[in-house]
Amino acid sequence: MPRKVVITGLGATTPIGGDVPTMWANALKGVSGAHTIEADWVQKYELPVTFAAQVSTPATEVLTRVEAKRMDPSTQFAVVASREAWRDSGIEEVDPDRLAVAFATGIGGVWTLLDAWDTLREKGPRRVLPMTVPMLMPNGPAAAVSLDIGARAGAHTPVSACASGTEALHQGLELIRSGKADVVMCGGAEAAIHPMPMAAFASMQALSRRNDDPEHASRPYDLNRDGFVMGEGAGALVLEAEEHALARGARIYGELAGTSVTADAYHITAPDPGGLGATRALKAALFDARALPSDVVHINAHATSTPVGDKPEYIALKEALGSHIGNVAVSATKSQTGHLLGASGAVEAVMTVMAVYDRSAPMTINLENQDPEIPLDVVTSERKLPGGDIVALSNSFGFGGHNAVVVIRNV
Amino acid sequence: MANNEEILAGLAEIVNEETGLAPESVQMDKSFTDDLDIDSISMMTIVVNAEEKFGVRIPDEEVKNLKTVGDAVTFIAGAQA
Repeated sequence: MPRKVVITGLGATTPIGGDVPTMWANALKGVSGAHTIEADWVQKYELPVTFAAQVSTPATEVLTRVEAKRMDPSTQFAVVASREAWRDSGIEEVDPDRLAVAFATGIGGVWTLLDAWDTLREKGPRRVLPMTVPMLMPNGPAAAVSLDIGARAGAHTPVSACASGTEALHQGLELIRSGKADVVMCGGAEAAIHPMPMAAFASMQALSRRNDDPEHASRPYDLNRDGFVMGEGAGALVLEAEEHALARGARIYGELAGTSVTADAYHITAPDPGGLGATRALKAALFDARALPSDVVHINAHATSTPVGDKPEYIALKEALGSHIGNVAVSATKSQTGHLLGASGAVEAVMTVMAVYDRSAPMTINLENQDPEIPLDVVTSERKLPGGDIVALSNSFGFGGHNAVVVIRNV
Repeated sequence: MANNEEILAGLAEIVNEETGLAPESVQMDKSFTDDLDIDSISMMTIVVNAEEKFGVRIPDEEVKNLKTVGDAVTFIAGAQA
């Protein structure tokens, strides 16, 4: 049997809460983190989409001025979330050579990159600051977290678009199972609510255009869904070898029982309409966790609220779980948080762990007319999960055909 | 044109902005690396910001000679003259 891996610390900074307790209370209540963007660049560039789900607590309110200045916003979010997770884990001492980081991002330091490009054009090369490179590099969040907690067993950055955050957990699990580390700080961070990515995602028709009603724009599974809502933030989870956690008497939220990653090899952006890659990922993750489809009581779905994305996920779920899918409480929390891209998997994993720990499924908001082609049991009101041994899944899929699934089991 | 006192105050402000060090700790006899613990990346940021603030050019090859705050003040004053 492989080493058992448990979750002992959680952290998050999101559009519906700047820490896990706030986010989770809101997630159970059902709130929208999407609002009109107040920055002047929305008007300046005449962006077709004028709203997004920005973090509810700016990182600059949490970090010192000098810390924030030397970090891209994506790294700021990573450090805020990982510090909360680290405190939450209660770890006081750990061998640095047995402590690793797997912190993902989809895009990396896009603010820094484009600000530096503006500076170069407006003021010349001399004014491009020397911190530009370490701030824009996609491994910036992982590197900053490694520095912050003194992790020396490697700092990794899985990059697989919107599956990145979930893939970080896959990597963290492997690091502990293979014996390369005893503790891994896993997570994902994204800060891409910048005019260029907003224009680019809008250009590919991926974003909702509900400019006059941002709070109701993210509506997974609804017949009138018209795209996702850009989100930002970070999620962080402390993974720990079970024996390591037990030896220090840690509070254990749950077990990271299994993970899997597959690729569609079908199309660079479109999901395989038959959901084949996602189906393989779901089946492999359940197998990895030694779980049966009938063990699954809750799924935090990828469900971004795009017309083309939500249905193939349903097809995959039906294929992987069979008729049991009708008994599973499905939550589409992007209805509340928007889509945090490379951070979404990490934030949703935090929610899935909390759902198992708390025996409560988070809300799906804005579902008014459920798409009849997606007949899932969607959680739209307070929902308790059953007692006894349970398993929950969190799915993430990314442009490029990336599919990643994590399996959480109660302890 | 700024006198040495004004240049020192301006530098102290730039150093504070970059590192968070109290402006009053930035004194003429302090070494950037040994006393103020400023690394090479921060030093280059301080140099670029000082160029902008004082309207001077500090060539890259000159930066290694600016060991103390006083060295920088003297160089900037000379470059302004």
